[in-house]
Amino acid sequence: MVRTGLRISVLVYLTMLLVLPVGIIFVRTFENGIGPVIDALSTAAAMHAFQITVVVSFYAVLANTLFGVTAAILLVRYRFPGKRILNALIDLPLAVSPVIVGLALVLVYGRTTGTGKALAGIGINIIFSIPGMVMATIFVCIPLVVRAVAPVLEEIGDDQEQAASTLGASTYQTFRRITLPSIRGALAYGIVLALARSLGEYGAIAVVSGRLVGRTQTVTLFVQERYQNFDQQAAYAAALVLVLSAVVALLVSRTLRPKEITR
Amino acid sequence: MSIIVLIPLSAVVWTSMEDGLGGFWHAVTRPEAWSSLKLTIVASLLVAFINLIMGTATAWLLVRDKLPGRAVLDTLIDLPFALPTIVAGLALLSIYGTNSPVGLNLAYARSGVVVALLFVTLPFVVRTVQPVLLELDREMEEAAASLGASPTKIFLRIILPNIVPAMAAGTALAFARAMSEFGSTVLISGNLPFKTQVASVHIFNQLESDNVTGAAAVATVLLLVSLAVLLGLDLLQRWAARRG
Repeated sequence: MVRTGLRISVLVYLTMLLVLPVGIIFVRTFENGIGPVIDALSTAAAMHAFQITVVVSFYAVLANTLFGVTAAILLVRYRFPGKRILNALIDLPLAVSPVIVGLALVLVYGRTTGTGKALAGIGINIIFSIPGMVMATIFVCIPLVVRAVAPVLEEIGDDQEQAASTLGASTYQTFRRITLPSIRGALAYGIVLALARSLGEYGAIAVVSGRLVGRTQTVTLFVQERYQNFDQQAAYAAALVLVLSAVVALLVSRTLRPKEITR
Repeated sequence: MSIIVLIPLSAVVWTSMEDGLGGFWHAVTRPEAWSSLKLTIVASLLVAFINLIMGTATAWLLVRDKLPGRAVLDTLIDLPFALPTIVAGLALLSIYGTNSPVGLNLAYARSGVVVALLFVTLPFVVRTVQPVLLELDREMEEAAASLGASPTKIFLRIILPNIVPAMAAGTALAFARAMSEFGSTVLISGNLPFKTQVASVHIFNQLESDNVTGAAAVATVLLLVSLAVLLGLDLLQRWAARRG
C-alpha cells in the first residue's frame, strides 16, 4: 500500500517535471514534418551559432582538461599551504550564478576597465568576443574534470609512480606512462561532463558575449533569441539538437563513469 | 584560477562597495532588488523542501523498490544536469505555458519559477541519498524486524538517522543551485519586476541598463549565500565523518 503510493507519486512527479517537458520539444519540432526542421537548422544564422558553440566549447574543454589534471594532481599528491582553500574554491563555480560569472568577468576585462583598455591597446578584446566566452565557459566547468580525476588518483595511490621514478623515469615519463593510463577513464568522464556543460552554457555567455547576432551568438543564445522573435520552428529545432547532444553525453558518461563514483 | 575565478569575483564584491556600506545597503534594498531577492529566497527554500521529500522518495524507489524499468529512470534523473538551462526553460514553457497541452498555464507566474527551479535541482537529493541507501547494512533492519519493530519504527529509528546527513547535503546543494539559477527561469517567468523576477535575472537586467553597482550589490548577496552554503556543507561533512 505504502509502496504503491510511493511509486505512483514519484512516477507522476517525474513525468510531470521531466518526461512531458522534454517530450514536447520533440513534438513541437516535428509538428510540420522534417522539412522545416532541416531548413531552420541550415540557415546562415543557425550554422554560425553552431560554429561558435563548437569553437568556444573546444577551447574551454581543452583548458579545463589541462587545468583539471594539474589541479587534481596538486590536490592529491602534494602538500602546500592553502591547499584546503584551493580545495574549497574548486567547488565554488557550482554554487555561483552564471550571471555573476559573467558580471565578474565584465568588471575585470570589460572595455571600460583598466585591464580591458590595456588589453584592447594590444589588440585583444575579451568581452563581447570569443576569449571572454571561453573564459566564462572555463569558469563554470572548473570543478568537473578535477572532481572526476581526483578520487581515482587517490584510489590508485602513488606506489607505481614512486617505483617508476626510483627506476630513473623523469616526471614527464612517469606521468605519461603511469599516471595518465590509470586515470584515462575518469578523465574521459570528466571531459564528457565538461563538454556537455560547455555546449549548454547560457547565463554566463549571455552576459559576456553581448549577444551579438551573427557574431557571438551560440546555440543556446540562438534558441532564446529565435523564440522571443516568434520563430518557434528554429528555436525548437536548435533546442532539439541540444537535447540530443545532452542525451548522448549522458549515455556516454554512464558507460565511462568509474566504478568508484558509481557507488 | 586567479585570472578566471578569484580576481573577477573579488571585483564583484569591490564594485558593490564602491559607494561604501551605505551605498551597498541602498542598492540591495531598492524595492525591485529587494523583491527579487525575497522571491529567490522563498522560492529556493520551497524548492529545497520539495526536493528533500521527493528526492528521498525517488532515491528509495531506485534502491529498495524492485520497480521494472529502474535503469531507465536512473539515467533519466541526471537529464536536468545535462540539459542546457535555456532548453529546460523552453521545454517547461511549452508544456506549462499559454498554449499548454495539459491545460496548466504557469507562464509569468511565481509557480512557473518554482517549477523551473524544481526541474534544474531534481538530481541533487536523489544523487546524494542514493549511494548511502545502497551502502546501508540490511542486517540492522533485519535484526530490528526480528525483534518485533514495525516498518515505520525501523524507518524512523534505523534508516532515517543514517541518511539524514546525505539528505541535508543534497537539500543544501539544491538550495544553492536554486538561488543562483538563471537560464531556466528567463523564458517561463516573463521577468516581471516585483512579481516573477528572480535575483539572477535582476542582476542581468541591471547590467543591461548599465547599473553596474546595483548588479554587483545583489550579486554580492548571492555570493555570500553560496559561500555560507558551501561552508555549511563542509562542516556537515566533518560532523558526519566524526559521527561515523
